[in-house]
Amino acid sequence: MLNAKPTLKSTLKALLYLAPLLIITLLFTVWPLIHALLMSSYVRYNYFTNHVGALGWDNFVYLWHDPLFHLALRNTLWLVLVAMPVTVALALLIALGLNHIPRLARFFQTIYFLPFVTATIATGLVWNWIFRLDGGLLNVSLHHLGIAPIDWLNDPHVALLALIVVCVWQGLGFNVVLFLAGLNRIDDKYARVAQLDGANAWQRFTNVTWPLLLPMTVLIVINTAVTNFKVFDQAFALFHGAAGPGNAALTLMFYLYQKFYVDNQFTVAAASGVVLFCLVGLLTLLTYGYFRWQRRRLGGRS
Amino acid sequence: MRVFTTLLWYLLLICGATLMLLPFAWMILTSLQPAATTLTMPTNWLPRTLQWVNYQHVWQLAPFTRYWLNSLLVTTTTTLGQLFSSLLAAFAFTHLQFYGRRFLFGLLVALMLVPGELLLIPNFVTIAQLHWVNTYAALIIPWLASVFMVVTLHQAFQSQPRSLYYAAHIDGASDWQYLWHILVPTNRPIITAVAVLQVIASWNAFMWPLIMTNSDQLRTLPVGLMAFTSEQGTNYPLLMAASVCVILPLLILYLCLQKYLMLGITQSRWKGSTQ
Repeated sequence: MLNAKPTLKSTLKALLYLAPLLIITLLFTVWPLIHALLMSSYVRYNYFTNHVGALGWDNFVYLWHDPLFHLALRNTLWLVLVAMPVTVALALLIALGLNHIPRLARFFQTIYFLPFVTATIATGLVWNWIFRLDGGLLNVSLHHLGIAPIDWLNDPHVALLALIVVCVWQGLGFNVVLFLAGLNRIDDKYARVAQLDGANAWQRFTNVTWPLLLPMTVLIVINTAVTNFKVFDQAFALFHGAAGPGNAALTLMFYLYQKFYVDNQFTVAAASGVVLFCLVGLLTLLTYGYFRWQRRRLGGRS
Repeated sequence: MRVFTTLLWYLLLICGATLMLLPFAWMILTSLQPAATTLTMPTNWLPRTLQWVNYQHVWQLAPFTRYWLNSLLVTTTTTLGQLFSSLLAAFAFTHLQFYGRRFLFGLLVALMLVPGELLLIPNFVTIAQLHWVNTYAALIIPWLASVFMVVTLHQAFQSQPRSLYYAAHIDGASDWQYLWHILVPTNRPIITAVAVLQVIASWNAFMWPLIMTNSDQLRTLPVGLMAFTSEQGTNYPLLMAASVCVILPLLILYLCLQKYLMLGITQSRWKGSTQ
């Protein structure tokens, strides 16, 4: 019990404590992980009889040649490439502002965080109503400004933009909270010393705050990118269950959902899941590597 | 100069906050509009007479009471179950010595990187083979454990002085008693925090219950709301009234437990697995 060495008895006891976690995790995380990798290689799979015709790369070859998958990949990459930087930049700006006015920071933070708490499906429906061509809030406002109405929900050229707006709106609050936590961890004295040395606000930000905030920024960039890679609920609610006009808002997750739930092509869907998983993993590694390099560079300068 | 920059920040933050709040305001305003006027241009943005009757219609047109109870049941059981399994596991990893402890913990941390979406299809096959499709078991049992919760609690438990554990033992407390009478009460804030995060994830979960259920009897609120949407189409006052019903409970919870939620996010460093 109090001795440091594990014994057979203490191991048995620990296993009892771990049993609920381990059983559920093995059955619903570890096994399906293996199963997902296996399934992506099943050829001529019959789900009802659980019969596997053969193993092979056919599902990945299918994805390679499927124009819909290409579209999903392209849409998702655009979504990540636009929504992620915008979200992170806006969140940083808001967090810096909140850090500047500590008195009301709490109040504003409550507001910015609201979309994280509320169901995506419900807020997605409001955005559908806002983006509508006839009578939608956005187009009515544009009309008052003398701009011709835009059919956000039915024009394939702007539908993805509408989805990006929703994703940014939703992801902002979570990142503001993280950035604020990062800013609070930075000791005031560095900025004050820099000020004594005659650094202006912008110089203080680029030379003091930004490098010290970098670890948190890495975390936020990765997290936001991963979240945007997996967008589904927002698109589902925004376009009332469809993937946008002409599949303009078909994300990778939406593709997976359609292959799986609508077309019943389980193995193709599993393969697309594996691709998504690899992309997210690769992106995490790349971002992490880049910021490590940055930190070393910044560290070397001081 | 300083006053000027502060003013500028305020202006920016107020504009931002207005944009953040706008959809919610629009949701509530629309939910009180008379059902017929909205598809024509809403010349009056504020409804002339508040149509509370919309809310009544929503509950008559779809089994929202049932959805509500389903969501309540699933959220409560998964949260309590996760707390139970995670508290036990986090305690074992913190205080018990056993073979393979480091390996097992490392494995669990690695599992956090696996996106839940990848597991959706094989899990559906498992659930189907267990004949659990369209049952509460499918909605609850796979979510009774959370690696994220274990790791977060383990972090918190580790920061507590070990002498407390030894002192409790000298006083004759068993491990079980120590866990429930000392560890849990002293770590109440972080436990509340992870619980709140799980409540939010569970209440708002969409894809899993969508795939696992196909009858009104088992639908949770978000799935029920989408079903209601496909029936009502573009009757926005009713859709918005239904949406308000879905988000209201968590809104209240959030305003009450905001402190813990922020603690949970900043302490855990890892976003909870999205269901």
